[in-house]
Amino acid sequence: MGLLDRTARSLILAELLGGMMVTFKKMFEPKVTINYPFEKTPLSPRFRGEHALRRYPNGEERCIACKLCEAVCPSQCIVIEAEPHEDGHRRTTRYDIDMTKCIYCGLCEEACPVDAIVQGPNLEFSTETREELLYNKEKLLSNGDRWEPLLASRLEADAPYR
Amino acid sequence: MPKLTIDAIAIEVPVGTSVLQAAEAAGKEIPRFCYHDRLSVAANCRMCLVEVEKSPKPVASCASPAADGMVVYTDSAMARRARRGVMEFLLINHPLDCPICDQGGECDLQDQAMAFGADHSRYREDKRSVREKNLGPLVKTSMNRCIQCTRCIRFSTEIAGVPELGGTSRGETLEITTYVEKALTSELSGNLVDVCPVGALTFKPQAYSYRPWELKKTNSIDVFDAVGTNIRVDARGPQVMRVLPRLNEEINEEWMADKSRFAIDGLMRRRLDKPWLRVAGKMQPVTWEDAFVAIAARLEGVEGNRIGALAGDLADVESMLALKDLMASFGSASIDCRQGGARFDTSRRDFYLFNSTIAGIEEADAILLIGTNPRHEAPIINARIRKRWLQNRLSVGVIGCATDLTYPSTILGAGATALNGLLDGSHDFAEALAKAERPMIVVGEGALKGDGGAALLATAWALASKVGGIGAEWHGFNVLHRAAARVGGLDLGFVPGEGALDWAAMMRGGAKVLWLLGADEFDVAEIGAETFVIYQGHHGDRGAARADVVLPGAAYTEKSGTYVNTEGRVQRTALSVFPPGDAKEDWRILRAFSAVVGKALPYDTLEALRRRLVTVNPVFGTHDAFRRKAASDTVGPSPKGGTLSHRKFPPMIANYYQTDPISRASPTMRACTETYSPPLLQVAE
Repeated sequence: MGLLDRTARSLILAELLGGMMVTFKKMFEPKVTINYPFEKTPLSPRFRGEHALRRYPNGEERCIACKLCEAVCPSQCIVIEAEPHEDGHRRTTRYDIDMTKCIYCGLCEEACPVDAIVQGPNLEFSTETREELLYNKEKLLSNGDRWEPLLASRLEADAPYR
Repeated sequence: MPKLTIDAIAIEVPVGTSVLQAAEAAGKEIPRFCYHDRLSVAANCRMCLVEVEKSPKPVASCASPAADGMVVYTDSAMARRARRGVMEFLLINHPLDCPICDQGGECDLQDQAMAFGADHSRYREDKRSVREKNLGPLVKTSMNRCIQCTRCIRFSTEIAGVPELGGTSRGETLEITTYVEKALTSELSGNLVDVCPVGALTFKPQAYSYRPWELKKTNSIDVFDAVGTNIRVDARGPQVMRVLPRLNEEINEEWMADKSRFAIDGLMRRRLDKPWLRVAGKMQPVTWEDAFVAIAARLEGVEGNRIGALAGDLADVESMLALKDLMASFGSASIDCRQGGARFDTSRRDFYLFNSTIAGIEEADAILLIGTNPRHEAPIINARIRKRWLQNRLSVGVIGCATDLTYPSTILGAGATALNGLLDGSHDFAEALAKAERPMIVVGEGALKGDGGAALLATAWALASKVGGIGAEWHGFNVLHRAAARVGGLDLGFVPGEGALDWAAMMRGGAKVLWLLGADEFDVAEIGAETFVIYQGHHGDRGAARADVVLPGAAYTEKSGTYVNTEGRVQRTALSVFPPGDAKEDWRILRAFSAVVGKALPYDTLEALRRRLVTVNPVFGTHDAFRRKAASDTVGPSPKGGTLSHRKFPPMIANYYQTDPISRASPTMRACTETYSPPLLQVAE
């Protein structure tokens, strides 16, 4: 471009006007911003959110304390202690997940041979104290009981691909 | 010496070596399930198949002797296909139990399936299932997982000497069982879990509680008997989860006794974790300073030799030295480590050691056991004697109680006077001893208890000398100890000095102040009511119940301590977990107390204490450099004017499973006692 051209563009602040045109045009276009918490984006059945411990349909907890999730966890946030249950079965006495260490990678769900530990669709579990985010077995099991229908349907939807 | 070629490596091996052993010598490890170096060959798993040139079928390498000119391929296409096929067959009836199986993570089947097996299963039919067996409180069975390698049967029959396990039916229906439901009676039954390559036999007390990858492993020494078995302590955090044997050809090979293996859950129970002081008849928890000040106050003005110190069965040499030095600084020579009252002769080291050494048992051709039951006092040594018996059917004579030692033995008498029959040659067994080139005379603590002890020691030596057991190539005179602390204490000179009180004399008020270093195996009611008792140990047992001051110490897994085994071998434990609460290492407690009374011991670190230890007895510098010695001096111990007693030898161990504070605190040992000898149940106070 000629010297005249460049000087003219510089004096009329061409790039500035171009940027302001983009903003102005966007003011009249439909927005992509959604009005969270009243509107939410769709999540896939594979979405990795809050953890839950599931049960079998007859009520027995699925987790058999194989410790594969504890071993595979990259941030070592799962702590498990186990002993024989009253009925002789293998069950945990302690199953803690430190949600502040967890990186929500889903490896524990992948490792679990009985689909006991799963990551549910819930991402709204923020707390006001740190201690509440150190989940123990009770909290995880009750999560599972509350979310079970949704967890089961997600697992069913994703089963053909696993 | 056949020369063969394995995978293009030429190797020469001794006659009788199998192809599998030859391959191992050449550096090629062949996978196997049923083959075990120390058991007879069964060749039923077929996993060791290798290709041998000119053979149309693959050959089971564990059962084929290496022949001259053989050419073996351990990794050819045929060998690989054979292994993949065998693995597929093994997995046909094997349940999908890996997540709930305790062997997961250290399972031979898992490892070999990953390395040599196929990546998928073609089996769609049902799997057979087998009823679980109840083998007692120690071994858990899940017979669905059994791959019928028969290692357990061969171990029980050959090494443990209790032919209780067998296989019924044939082929696919082969079932390993005791047929009649009974608990395994061997005290080596824990080793069955080690030999089982899959999770069919696992540890019952520690079921489901750990995975091998989360355990921290520390090499250490076992202290539940005087054998000094090498162990590996597996701990997770502050808790010892299990102990496994370490290979040591000279002591325990690959085996371990049950008490050492299963009493460790006692380490978490009845622990002393803070100092206690008896105030107005009631025990109060106090600080270390208050406890020390109270002891110092009571020691004031007490005449030297009226202060006594007794060392128990689990004390390490470092703490015994610290206690001995502390007593010396108070002018007391009243110290004794001979819990049980056996009369040892400490004038020469070979008068109180197992001189033939445990490995030396495999050269013996006749054994005389005097007042000892090695099956309960030292199961590993008993297994060695059985191993030797299997090799050459040596004659074993027993003077004492009649028991089943797992090999045939001749009862020669019940007490010391039976020795006379052997000395004058009137008994037949004397001939067997005299004919033997390497006879062994083993004297136990049961024979040395009481007044006739010294005389018996002298007579036993005379007998050993007479039958040619004491010479330049072989030392056949042996003393079998029961406690890990005993030989260390004797080497240290933890015995009363001239004019000082011994164990019996300290009782009934003989000692005004008594310092118990983990001593619980005696009747504490015999201590005089006026005696001020200080108990320094790790469990709240009989000693702590009687004590006026309790000082919490560390157990054997919680300190680096030196222990000398019955052969005189110096070994060291290592720290794997820390002592609970306020408990400290025992020598540190004594050192701290010595500073409080103004008589500080001359060492501040463990290294300094160990340097002093070497000056006291140079043998403590021979850690890990043990050699069997021949008899250099043939003069025997003096009978000290005593005569052989006419009493029957008392059995030293009534209940194998509860002999020390740790095993009395252990629920597993309690379950064993309930199973095997319920009337003998002892509950720790």
